[in-house]
Amino acid sequence: MKKYLLLTAAALCAASFLPAQTQRNLIEIKGGQKPVMAVPDFRGSGDAQKFMDTFNAALFGDLQSSGQFQMAAKTVMPLRIPQQPADFKPPVDGRSQGIWLTDWSSPPVSANYLAFGYTAVQNGQLVLFGWLYDVHQPDLRNAQAIGKVYLGSLNDAGARSVADQFAADILARFGATGLAGTKIYFVSDRTGHKEIWSMDYDGSNQKQITDYRAITTFPVVSPDGSRLAFTTYLHGRPEIFVHSLVSGRRLPFYNQNASMNAASDFTPDSQHLLFYSTASGGVSQIYECDLDGGNLRRITATRSIEVEPKLNPKGSSYVFVSGRGGFPQLYLMNTDGLDASRLTTGEGEAVNPSWNPDGIHIAFAWTRGFEPGNYNIFIMDAGTREFQQLTHGAGRNENPNWAPDGVHLVYSSRQGHTNQIWTMLADGTGQRQLTTQGNNEKPVWGKVAN
Amino acid sequence: MSRISRLRFRSASAAAAVLALLVFASACKKKAPAPPPAPAPAAAAAPSAPPPERPSITFSAEPTSIQKGQSALLRWQISNATDMSIDQGVGAVQSSGQRQVYPTDSTTYTLTAKGPGGTSTESVTVNVTTPPPPPPPPATESSIDIINSQVKDAYFDYDKSDIRDDARQALTGDADVLKKVFGSDTQIAVTVEGHCDERGSAEYNLALGDRRANAAKEFLVQLGVSGDRLKTISYGKEKPVCTDADESCYQRNRRAHFSAGGQ
Repeated sequence: MKKYLLLTAAALCAASFLPAQTQRNLIEIKGGQKPVMAVPDFRGSGDAQKFMDTFNAALFGDLQSSGQFQMAAKTVMPLRIPQQPADFKPPVDGRSQGIWLTDWSSPPVSANYLAFGYTAVQNGQLVLFGWLYDVHQPDLRNAQAIGKVYLGSLNDAGARSVADQFAADILARFGATGLAGTKIYFVSDRTGHKEIWSMDYDGSNQKQITDYRAITTFPVVSPDGSRLAFTTYLHGRPEIFVHSLVSGRRLPFYNQNASMNAASDFTPDSQHLLFYSTASGGVSQIYECDLDGGNLRRITATRSIEVEPKLNPKGSSYVFVSGRGGFPQLYLMNTDGLDASRLTTGEGEAVNPSWNPDGIHIAFAWTRGFEPGNYNIFIMDAGTREFQQLTHGAGRNENPNWAPDGVHLVYSSRQGHTNQIWTMLADGTGQRQLTTQGNNEKPVWGKVAN
Repeated sequence: MSRISRLRFRSASAAAAVLALLVFASACKKKAPAPPPAPAPAAAAAPSAPPPERPSITFSAEPTSIQKGQSALLRWQISNATDMSIDQGVGAVQSSGQRQVYPTDSTTYTLTAKGPGGTSTESVTVNVTTPPPPPPPPATESSIDIINSQVKDAYFDYDKSDIRDDARQALTGDADVLKKVFGSDTQIAVTVEGHCDERGSAEYNLALGDRRANAAKEFLVQLGVSGDRLKTISYGKEKPVCTDADESCYQRNRRAHFSAGGQ
């Protein structure tokens, strides 16, 4: 009996050092029950009404896609919708005097929060008067969470802008970051060549950024949103180009004289570039340099393939992909290039790491449990090495990349004959396809520079 | 009327069957010697058989004149025979068939058919002509043409850049060609392209393709090919030769390929 206990204890001890797949969500989108958010359609006075379809779609979309709320269905909302605080009439002796908070807090809406307001034209600008009320409060004074005025241009772009600003304020109240104003950069072959494109978080506004008419791939965006780096075959061998996202121009970058140079990521301070290259002869190794390619620093010195370095947002360690143990796996290493340790179990092939802004979780693609080539998206706690599988064999899922909000992921998925870009929440729910034209791959999610 | 069409008629509706029977009967009338106006099956089973006929043979060769090394097709159709054969080593044959033959000299093939009605023979001759001598080689075959037509790809195992036995063989031949070309053409240079199958990640495959191109280059240099004239490039999995999701296509893509260009 004693021996048995010892063995069990030893087994438990050993198990605690091995990465394990977890059944729980590593990243809770919203602990417990999500608050119910009611967002009735806003109306505009005069010319402002022309842009309200755009406004209402943007506001609803921003709040819904955040994953923070359960959105109340518009079909169950009361017929009388408030447009300003003065529209609320408190009941007298329990008798209704008109619109009241309980219209929204009781079934069928059963909302916790109500966003309401209206737009108007003032001095040639679109003005939004927006309020957020906690409808479970007993009176109006306690109910008001937000009451603010927003300005935008008098067109669809302006309507979208004021909706994005209002949504960002609402999300900030719940400690969340909105996705409005973020950009996804990706590779598309829809012109006949692989080029870099950009789009909004919801797939709108798809725009071509490069026009090199040569294989152009592996985009990376600096955390401050000011620079885009990528790898192109324009001059024959693959080399790194850097573009300014502010001016749209190509910036000078010195490439190492090597058979390959490939951009991997900017550092969290947006001041350095991580890349992999054959600059020292032999096989691909990991390097860091300044934004113009100067001050080269070699980080790995092995005889195996070393690719895809990503520096932790806290600046404390690199995650990267190495073939040192056979098939590619994820490794963690100190910033001095020492103490590399394997993160993944050694099963299958693990590639495409991406740090969550929290500096704790890593999203990556792994063939664990599937044939070579059949990747699924996983996330792992880099400290405990607990991991969770988010996609389950629906095609080939690769290149996960975190949104600035830390709860959304963008990735590419091949279901059928083409690769397309999808987004989802960090618990695997809310999967949504953003692209349809041609093949689209290698998405990265960035902020827009201020 | 074939057996198939008879079966088809049997499964048709009653009205169609009657109609079919009429058609069938009238078709048979043309072949059978004056049968009584009886149902068709009775006609087929007529008790008095005609005297056995001599075997009849249709026998042809196509073409009847070939060049040395080419083939001709013998075709035959035999009826009323039980024992059939063709000489010149072809042997016993069925009543209907064809056979490809590769005679090195002009040859006469004789088909012998024996049956209850006697023996028949039929012969065909295939004339073999000597081909004209080949034309002289093009005055100056360009170095690029030689490289493109004679330098072979080297293939690799999954996630490996080791030179396998078959790659060793291909590269040894490639080294001979390249040394010859480099010796006679001082302008030409060759790019060694490394490629991968689609299963690994694009990022890892970029490095793997580079490793394959380098392994192939180093092997050639060891065999005496000038390394200065060999440039390497990795295309990872960006330029596949096929896109099927099976091992034969994967293998075709795991390669070092050679392309020629100016130095």
